[in-house]
Amino acid sequence: MYHVVIPKIGAATAWRTAARGFLAAQVPPHEICWQEPGAAPELFARTQAPPPTGDIKVSRRFVAMANSVVWHRDRDRFARLYGFLWRLRDAPHLTGDHGDSRLARLRRMEKNVHRCQHKMKAFVRFREIGDPEAPRRSFAAWFEPTHHTVEPTASFFARRFGDMDWRIITPDKTAICVDGVVSFSAGQPRPDLPEDAHEDLWIAYFENIFNPARLKVSAMCSEMPKKYWKNLPEAVAIPNLVKTAPERAEKMARAAPTLPPLRAERMKERLAQGNATDGTLPSQSSALRQRK
Amino acid sequence: MTRMTVKRKLEILSDAAKYDASCASSGSSKRDSRDGNGLGSNEGSGICHAYAPDGRCISLLKILMTNFCVYDCSYCVNRVSSNVPRARFTVDEVVDLTINFYRRNYIEGLFLSSGIIRSPDATMADMVRIARRLRRKESFRGYIHLKTIPDAAPELIAEAGLLADRLSINVELPTDAAVEAYAPEKSPEQIRGAMADVRHRKDAAQDRSHRGRRPPRFAPAGQSTQMIIGADGATDKTILGRSTRLYGDYKLKRVYYSAFSPIPDSSAKLPLISPPLQREHRLYQADWLLRFYGFELDEITSTTRDGNLDLAVDPKLAWALEHRALFPVDVNKAPKELLLRVPGFGVKTVKRIVSTRRHCYLRYDHLLRIGGAMKKAQPFIVAGGWSPGSLTDSACLRARFAPPPEQLTLF
Ligand code: SF4
Repeated sequence: MYHVVIPKIGAATAWRTAARGFLAAQVPPHEICWQEPGAAPELFARTQAPPPTGDIKVSRRFVAMANSVVWHRDRDRFARLYGFLWRLRDAPHLTGDHGDSRLARLRRMEKNVHRCQHKMKAFVRFREIGDPEAPRRSFAAWFEPTHHTVEPTASFFARRFGDMDWRIITPDKTAICVDGVVSFSAGQPRPDLPEDAHEDLWIAYFENIFNPARLKVSAMCSEMPKKYWKNLPEAVAIPNLVKTAPERAEKMARAAPTLPPLRAERMKERLAQGNATDGTLPSQSSALRQRK
Repeated sequence: MTRMTVKRKLEILSDAAKYDASCASSGSSKRDSRDGNGLGSNEGSGICHAYAPDGRCISLLKILMTNFCVYDCSYCVNRVSSNVPRARFTVDEVVDLTINFYRRNYIEGLFLSSGIIRSPDATMADMVRIARRLRRKESFRGYIHLKTIPDAAPELIAEAGLLADRLSINVELPTDAAVEAYAPEKSPEQIRGAMADVRHRKDAAQDRSHRGRRPPRFAPAGQSTQMIIGADGATDKTILGRSTRLYGDYKLKRVYYSAFSPIPDSSAKLPLISPPLQREHRLYQADWLLRFYGFELDEITSTTRDGNLDLAVDPKLAWALEHRALFPVDVNKAPKELLLRVPGFGVKTVKRIVSTRRHCYLRYDHLLRIGGAMKKAQPFIVAGGWSPGSLTDSACLRARFAPPPEQLTLF
């Protein structure tokens, strides 16, 4: 029996190296116990995977899938992946088989991770933690992803925020990017980040871009599940927007059409003469006059 | 007069921008800022950073530069004859908001439009100035969508296309007559002329020079437009006919349909109704069928007599119900084109069916795993272990899908 601990940081490479070793040494899945750090090793178990030997060819689709599935929070993810890899030896076509139930499960897990990465790209909210006038500004965010998604998603933030330093702190891992170099360290409890005045502007934007005549709370919740709300500054505005929407919509509908302000007549006249407020309105004005 | 705060301006100018449906940030050129000399990236697919309680995606900072406007479009909250509070952003303020929102990961970029102040050229020039500042001074590599002013000078449009990812011009209403009635200062021909101009510039930017060099890309995410529906009497047939022509003539990326929605200060010319959201939804579905499922316009609109789509069932299902003789289709044998017509099968599902059936005989539970909406597809397919029997022809098939009629109460 083998007992292998896959570390939190660098799990993808660690799993792959171990899996290649086991595969080369023809160790069947039931002889391996894959574990996350912190679990007590079994007595008498060997804790080192055999070193990988020779070339092993696996389909690219599988490698891509494995690179996502290793970040799923399912404790059996490493074993499931190896189990499928083991079957691939005799049946390489399996990676394209949409009818295979174990593959379907891995695919679902892959999808979960992708979705989680996607939501992370969307819902991380930075606060400025350095001097806004500094040549490189710095920002920090606290985020609670559903899966172990920080590591595979960090490169996205590095590509996007090239001219600033940032860190994303999560309960199980912290990603830090300084001068364009990303590194990872242990997770942390929720930090106290300084207030950021732009949050107030962002909330104002969120409130005003909403159209109360089109209230559709379920559509919002399916795309922005409630579990994320606690770390989204704009979410504080949601309850009130939802509550007052019907009344606001009704008020708009009930309000009698208003008379145009006096200014309107003057401007229209000027427009018709080919003269807007303080410039000229070319080309169209003659056509306009004719139509009137 | 005391100066208005940025926050107050933002409130007014985002409120004024919400009637534009588009918030897309996808499909532009790929780029990033790994080199450390700029800010932003674009990786093809857009990101919705938040959802408002109306269920709409918030991807961009969607604002008007100003909501002062000298035009009088009846459907629009910014028309000269409306009494809403007015505001105007400075170039600096828009640039600053965009950059600071972007750095906090609130947005993918900026969608800027404007009421028409002074002259179309002056308005457009200010918008271009904002885009130029973002790109040149701030080295901003995020997404920029500019709503162009129809009769702005060609040089301005040319520069706008080099700075922005997407340009758009709204056709506003489905027919020329409606535009004339409700947007009296606008000319449908001029709007189409502007769209043609953008198309030609975009096409021209694709040709290599004789040295094989590529000119800089023009509006890489293409152009789009928006039509307000439900404000005039146009039928869905008219609307879809118009969009089919728009897609064809100007190679538009998207036509947005925006259900006419009550605005805070209405005009006597256009009484308010509650927005026809279901109709808007059906139009998007039909639009999709036309573009990605091989449907022809008259196939979709012929299923109803009055030229409007069935609100109770989606247009694909409506078509299938009218053409039951073609069903059920055998998922193991049917050609791809026919599979695309099965209600409940999307483009992805069909692709998977075709690839999987090459090496195995498809059974019903395979289809479940592949991801077809099987409840909907059941009556229309045959698969291993499944045959719909008489279900396909049953008279109450429609009732299975249509929502139950509204409950009547004693009067
Ligand atoms: S031109 Fe018409 S649609 Fe555009 S802002 Fe002015 S009134 Fe509104």
